[in-house]
Amino acid sequence: MSDHRIELTVNGQTRSATVEGRRTLSDFLRIDAGYTGVHVGCEHGVCGACTVIVDGRAVRSCLMLAVQADGAAVTTVEGLAAPDGTLHPVQQALRDAHGLQCGFCTPGIVMTLAALTSDEKKPGAETLLGAMSGHICRCTGYQGIRKAARALAGEDV
Amino acid sequence: MKPAPFDYMRPDTIEEACAILAEAGGGATVIAGGQTLMPLLALRMSQPFILVDLSRITALRGVTRIAEATRIGPMTTQNDAIADATLQSRLPLLVQALRHVGHHQTRNRGTIGGSIAFGEPAAESPAAAVALGATLELRSVRGVRTVPADEFYLGPYATVIEPDELLTAIDVPDWPADSVPLFREVALRPGDFALVGLIGSIVLESGKIARASLAWFGMGATPIKARRAEDALIGQSPDSLQPALIAELAIAETDPFDDHHATADYRRTVGQRIFTRTLSEALGIRQAA
Repeated sequence: MSDHRIELTVNGQTRSATVEGRRTLSDFLRIDAGYTGVHVGCEHGVCGACTVIVDGRAVRSCLMLAVQADGAAVTTVEGLAAPDGTLHPVQQALRDAHGLQCGFCTPGIVMTLAALTSDEKKPGAETLLGAMSGHICRCTGYQGIRKAARALAGEDV
Repeated sequence: MKPAPFDYMRPDTIEEACAILAEAGGGATVIAGGQTLMPLLALRMSQPFILVDLSRITALRGVTRIAEATRIGPMTTQNDAIADATLQSRLPLLVQALRHVGHHQTRNRGTIGGSIAFGEPAAESPAAAVALGATLELRSVRGVRTVPADEFYLGPYATVIEPDELLTAIDVPDWPADSVPLFREVALRPGDFALVGLIGSIVLESGKIARASLAWFGMGATPIKARRAEDALIGQSPDSLQPALIAELAIAETDPFDDHHATADYRRTVGQRIFTRTLSEALGIRQAA
């Protein structure tokens, strides 16, 4: 019913749009703005595939309205790799550890790990592994993902 | 799986929010962190005419000290509360409980006040508020009132909050620094709602229990205070009490339910065991110290 003018940055680029109040951030990013790396799985906050970084924190973008991101800085998986294609350390760690198969859940997992490892205070493996409870993966059996998380915490894997 | 249409409003002040709620006459729903409400909107189990977003009301955020108590702004996110130095030193039991609320990603947006006001019977925050003896401040255009947390819950997802009222502060009284914390929950996976949960605090004075406050979650329609068990603990010395007998008293006050995760019998059996174990361990640690 109500329409709202919003302005936010996505991967460093300023975007403005008019959105309905009920538009979720996940649908805004994926459908309206074309960031198809935002994978929308369950649409009710269970699977974690749509996780993005909003103002430095990993959040489920299906559990946030686009209008609530007005003024925010959003990062999606498209915003991580360097312009020359060099993978972000989290992406490289998942690749090295065979932490993905079909890839549906992967962008969400990447964003959670990227948000946590960008903190000044380097998180331990316990923190990274604990945050993985917020993601469901039906392919890998999680072992590769856990291995990548431990590697990112500086453990020998 | 898309929310039904609604009017979205984002007041900047508590007064503005209360005015919107008063005018809406029950047609408005408040969104705090949205980590429970957004799924309900997506599933269309909730279809408000007006959604009132509290996220820009800065007066509802943060932790401050008031007389012999800590005031928690209801819009403080669970992760901000976990990282808060005042809460870590004054209310470590609350911090411990909050680590079990949802997942890292939902704790980044989910708020203490949202969880307390929503009143999920298996959630940690409502039981923590009850066990710690919190007082909840409710505001509307009609005025301010305060309600003790253990009089706040009427049933699953039902509280004494009137449609025009807003939860504006959670005041948690100070507990002695050497209070013995009790916390244990059994859940299918980390981050899931508890099948059975227990939270509480015990104060010992000259080797005897002077105060005990214990609350169950996931064991009935609301958080349940184990009053008879508390009474039985008062005046006892840890060496002489029999945890299993106290557990029987505590379990007798619960009214668990069957669902597709566990039967009521399972919850009672596990509840009794975790009560016995948690109480024994908590007091054992104390004795050794």
